[in-house]
Amino acid sequence: MNIINFTPLSALTGGLLIGFAVFLLFAFNGRMAGVSSIAANFILKREQRVDNSLFLFGLILGPTIYSLSGSKIESIITNSIPILIIGGLAVGIGTRIGNGCTSGHGICGISRFSLRSIVATISFILTGIITVLIFGI
Amino acid sequence: MIRLISLLSGIIFGLGLTISGMVNPQKVLGFLNIFDAWDPSLIFVMVGAIIIFAPLHFIFKKKSRPILAKNFISIENKNIDKKLLIGSSLFGVGWGLAGLCPGPAIASISFLNPSSLIFVLFMFVGFFIANRIEKNI
Repeated sequence: MNIINFTPLSALTGGLLIGFAVFLLFAFNGRMAGVSSIAANFILKREQRVDNSLFLFGLILGPTIYSLSGSKIESIITNSIPILIIGGLAVGIGTRIGNGCTSGHGICGISRFSLRSIVATISFILTGIITVLIFGI
Repeated sequence: MIRLISLLSGIIFGLGLTISGMVNPQKVLGFLNIFDAWDPSLIFVMVGAIIIFAPLHFIFKKKSRPILAKNFISIENKNIDKKLLIGSSLFGVGWGLAGLCPGPAIASISFLNPSSLIFVLFMFVGFFIANRIEKNI
């Protein structure tokens, strides 16, 4: 195992910001910022559709605002279309059946010391590692 | 005000994902690639978010209500069941295939990259499918 491309400082800074965003939504609006739940509720439920769409719109605005500072954002996707389709379906179905994703279980859930979320996070990190081991990057 | 907080939380979340590099699937895949060339940055993102939200959640959950909304939306489900394990494991497979989870996937709509748009489209299709089949699992 070699360690490459490690960017601890920017990762920690971004993480602190994400934590603050999650805190805002909880302290003011009483809600958990689990992105898969917000995105799924946005298309499947009428309740709080405006709030959900504003949150998602903000999420899209984030990188746009960052790029206004003149910094370049790297986002490289090398997958073929069939892999993107299978990946998208697996993420969509999996996060709904498991009630959460990296934000809902990984950040919100672990912060609440929820055993359920800790088990979920270990599960998706493990299958993620196995998938990369089999299919490569 | 509630709506403004939803938007603001989304923007800060999106900025955090951008600064931390998590909008780049290569960084996420690098984290899952532990047996080869490993990029541990993602751990720092999660730790950063949790060290902010865990103590603040602990303080604010004791309040009778959020600052703006009428009540905290409670999370009753504590079951570690088949659904949680199947769903989270499936999510991990999709995550490992494309390096995208729901937060970064939606934030990356801002780049208008056809590959990430295809992923997001099928993630939403996945939400619909899960909504149909969920009761049978």
